[in-house]
Amino acid sequence: MAESNTNPILINNLQKSYGAVRAVRGVSFEVQEGEIFGLIGPDGAGKTTIIRIVVSLLAADSGEVLFKGRSVGEHIQFVRTNVGYMPQRFSLYQDLTVRENLDFFGDLFKVPLDVQRQRREELYAFSKLGPFENRRAGQLSGGMKQKLALSCMLMHEPDVILLDEPTYGVDPVSRSEFWDILKKLAERGTTILVTTAYMDEAHLCDRVGLMFDGQLLALDTPSALLKQFDKPLFLVESSRPHETYTALKNADFKGEYNLFGNGVHISAGKDFSRNKLIKLLEENRIEYKSIRPVQPGLEDLFLELQRTAAS
Amino acid sequence: MTENNYAVTAENLTRKFGSFTAVDKVSFAVKKGEVFGFLGANGAGKTTTIRMLCGLLQPTSGQATVAGYNVYTQYEQIKMNIGYMSQRFSLYEDLTVRENIEFYAGVYGLKRKQIKQKTEELLTYLKLWDQADMLTVSLPLGWKQRMALSTALLHDPDIIFLDEPTSGVDPDSRRNFWLLIYELADKGKTVFVTTHFMDEAEYCHRLSIMRDGKIVELDEPQRLKQKYHADTMQEVFLNVVNEGGSDK
Ligand SMILES: Nc1ncnc2c1ncn2[C@@H]1O[C@H](COP(=O)(O)OP(=O)(O)OP(=O)(O)O)[C@@H](O)[C@H]1O
Ligand SMILES: [Mg+2]
Repeated sequence: MAESNTNPILINNLQKSYGAVRAVRGVSFEVQEGEIFGLIGPDGAGKTTIIRIVVSLLAADSGEVLFKGRSVGEHIQFVRTNVGYMPQRFSLYQDLTVRENLDFFGDLFKVPLDVQRQRREELYAFSKLGPFENRRAGQLSGGMKQKLALSCMLMHEPDVILLDEPTYGVDPVSRSEFWDILKKLAERGTTILVTTAYMDEAHLCDRVGLMFDGQLLALDTPSALLKQFDKPLFLVESSRPHETYTALKNADFKGEYNLFGNGVHISAGKDFSRNKLIKLLEENRIEYKSIRPVQPGLEDLFLELQRTAAS
Repeated sequence: MTENNYAVTAENLTRKFGSFTAVDKVSFAVKKGEVFGFLGANGAGKTTTIRMLCGLLQPTSGQATVAGYNVYTQYEQIKMNIGYMSQRFSLYEDLTVRENIEFYAGVYGLKRKQIKQKTEELLTYLKLWDQADMLTVSLPLGWKQRMALSTALLHDPDIIFLDEPTSGVDPDSRRNFWLLIYELADKGKTVFVTTHFMDEAEYCHRLSIMRDGKIVELDEPQRLKQKYHADTMQEVFLNVVNEGGSDK
């Protein structure tokens, strides 16, 4: 196939089964240059399978997968030398120190020493691992290990990177600083495909694909996706949210209701209203502190799509 | 002593690794039946504290009791009274779900007949019957996590330590997991849980927030939000953790 002016990642009607399990069932999407594309979905939806196929670690059953315009199946060497990939559970060299791990990856990717030094400092600013640079990786906390693994991957700056749950176990402060780094990379033209279980991170992507059961059920910018959630949504605050939730379940309420922090998010179609909600709560003697209309987030949409996908 | 009302107490509990102090004189008490959230940035000392409380790591100094037993001397009693789900669950991936449960039942010293009965009870409770004979390695994370919980509950402990049980778990499975936590609490169990999801922090009765080995806040979520004039625990957390200056 001739080198055409395609996007860095192109996936067309991808299929992959493991025995009887159809892990990926006809998925198509493209990731544009300099874009942060988030692949979101429940466990077992097929996200990791797609990523492993794109980085050439796994062969597709059928469909087209192009990496920088070249078919990944036929250009394994090209893909592996040009992609930055962080697997879901990346293991570091446990016996090497933080610093030695970073140096190791810097050298491996032949990054010039002065560039290594500069990146290291940038990465320490996000990871806060600087004070611990002489500690062995094996002695770091879970989240610190994850941040070191990420930093090792970012020691070189390939122009396409795929990150499978990079913020697993990472605390909220570091997560937001990590996303600042991703944004910076994307601004410089790096193409990023990322999976995450944190819906606040999904909001930071340029485009998001929502996957359920091997299929892409929605794909758009976060703001366009949110337009799909086109109905009033209320937060019912209560001192014991799980009891409110259980009471709605026992009342056999047919709308959508999900635990959200100190309350429950409730919706029930376009003509649901505050008054109807109050009636529902009072008829079922459900205690609450306050009712507030709220803007839906991707987490609301995710939960709704998951329920429809399951039924 | 009022220890009987408390599932866990710690008094100046400290752990050093060489010259580094991972847990620095922490003191707190967790009431029976409480869902106690243990928050903090990466490396703040949460797992180290839990490991000391579970009798897996000797404190350097200070005191702690769990279920009324002393962490220095009564490890065996503590083990029989607590369930512990570690940060990276320790399941045997090449055993089936049922075999894993049976294995752990054996570890906790349950008798043959009890093992069979308990295994069936748990498979029902956790709705894992359809997966009972599948290899653990093939389970999605959310199911592994429920299974790890089930093995931690086999001996019907009164106190349950959960170290990041929902990391990497999708929004729906996380919520189901928290409903399980509440079922346990409603039965009078004490749940000691860490999380990096700040919406989950709101589900706890009380929260502590650790920074650099010290507990810097300990209160009900509502009161913490008031104190920091914040709408969400996310804001509270960012405030507390950044207080020392993020680039000190
Ligand atoms: N065996 C050890 N030797 C040296 N330092 C250690 C050892 N175990 C833990 N530490 C250090 O103790 C500190 C606290 O680690 P801990 O695992 O308790 O953190 P945590 O709060 O659980 O973090 P996370 O949110 O990342 O899980 C870290 O700086 C860690 O590197
Ligand atoms: Mg930990």
